[in-house]
Amino acid sequence: MELFGYRRPNGTVGVRNHVVILPVDDISNAACEGVARNVVGTMALPHAYGRLQYGPDLELHFRTMIGTGSNPNVAAVIVIGIEENWTKKIADGIAETGKPVAWFSIEGNGDFETIKVASKKAKEFVHDASELRAEPIELSDLTVSIKCGESDTTTGLASCPTVGVVVDRLVDEGATVFFGETSELTGGEHLIAERMATPELKDAFQAMYDDYVGEIESKDADLLGSQPTQGNIAGGLTTIEEKALGNIEKTGSKEVIGVLEPAEAPANGPGLYFMDSSSAAAEFITLMAAGGAVVHLFPTGQGNIIGNPIEPVIKVSGNPNTVATMSEHIDTDVTGLLSREQNLAEAGEDLLEMLVRTVNGRLTAAEVLGHREFVMTKLYRSA
Amino acid sequence: MVSSLTSHHEVTAAHSKEAIPIHKFLIHQKGDHVGVATEPIASDETVTGVYMDDESTIEVKAGGDIPLGHKIAVLETGDDPTVLKYGIKIGNATEPLSVGDYVHTHNLKSARW
Repeated sequence: MELFGYRRPNGTVGVRNHVVILPVDDISNAACEGVARNVVGTMALPHAYGRLQYGPDLELHFRTMIGTGSNPNVAAVIVIGIEENWTKKIADGIAETGKPVAWFSIEGNGDFETIKVASKKAKEFVHDASELRAEPIELSDLTVSIKCGESDTTTGLASCPTVGVVVDRLVDEGATVFFGETSELTGGEHLIAERMATPELKDAFQAMYDDYVGEIESKDADLLGSQPTQGNIAGGLTTIEEKALGNIEKTGSKEVIGVLEPAEAPANGPGLYFMDSSSAAAEFITLMAAGGAVVHLFPTGQGNIIGNPIEPVIKVSGNPNTVATMSEHIDTDVTGLLSREQNLAEAGEDLLEMLVRTVNGRLTAAEVLGHREFVMTKLYRSA
Repeated sequence: MVSSLTSHHEVTAAHSKEAIPIHKFLIHQKGDHVGVATEPIASDETVTGVYMDDESTIEVKAGGDIPLGHKIAVLETGDDPTVLKYGIKIGNATEPLSVGDYVHTHNLKSARW
């Protein structure tokens, strides 16, 4: 099993080689998209926020922006914002990785001038990135994220346990793995709490869980149809507890060695980490990519079609209806687990092989179909 | 059809020669109240389920049409409305469940929210 990846100046390893044009705020999207139109091989990441945010919400915005640019799948970054201060702050944060970064602000220049100068720099970055070569790497060099979507009962029977087998293997090999979906552990949160490596981590996890679920319950809303979703219910899932227990199958069996804030990079070395997060796929994968994940394993039942611009998203499904009707979205088929023509170890081998092929350059279904859902998490209203 | 699916069928062709019980639902483990239909099940149909923890089988007469992925009761609930799946509580039955019942939002509710 040979693996190839891009070693970045700070020692982290990526499996893609993007040149990103990163808007600091909503009103800089147009300039970023202008640069991306001018310069082939760049990718703009338009998003909805970055103005009038404050406190922890602003900190999360900065952490997500800097983390996205710092992701090892990114070779170089152009940062564009409306004004200098926050733009420079984000560029400086990314520059700590040692990768090429340049920043431009629009006030006093306008979109045309900004696009012109940023395009010239972006062209240089693309030339340089295009000459980087993937080198031999190990599984232990990888940071992998996991999250399922449009789950149904087949995810709990097939695709999630398959991911669990691969997660256990990755952790044994010395890789780093992120999982989260805080509220979607409800009914099985005690199973995760019991796997925390230390009492301090257990307390930190429980506090995050209680805070998140407390906020949801404070709205006094009927969650049936939202969590579980309409798709979950159509797929046969009835309660949040049932959904959670299927979801937890994908986390494997290893102890959890760290509890991360949203978009936080791990600091305890390789192993399995919990990241506090929403269970909405685009938001959470964006946060895990900002935390440094370079490839994502995504079990789906009813057929969530999510992708991410930074990390390739590998879809695995055990639902025969979904694999038949939405085959263009599915990378690994584990329907053999439902028909009992395949066992879990074989399904795990199939998925691990797809992970290796993806690391080595195979484009995932989501990549080929152009799914680049980049969604910032907003904690509360802007000022 | 994508190549990964084609190769999957090639891989599994060898296994299909082995004796595989003709099952229409799977149960995660002994003691669970519900199994999951792996094929559509018709009302009054007598169907075989397989326990995934010990490979033992159970025959149940379906009390309703059960779509693929939806749940069929394999144990009745009595005074205690607790419904177990994966050996863990997934909610409370809102009416007593009989073996073979179709179990979903009409007769099972979360105990959490």
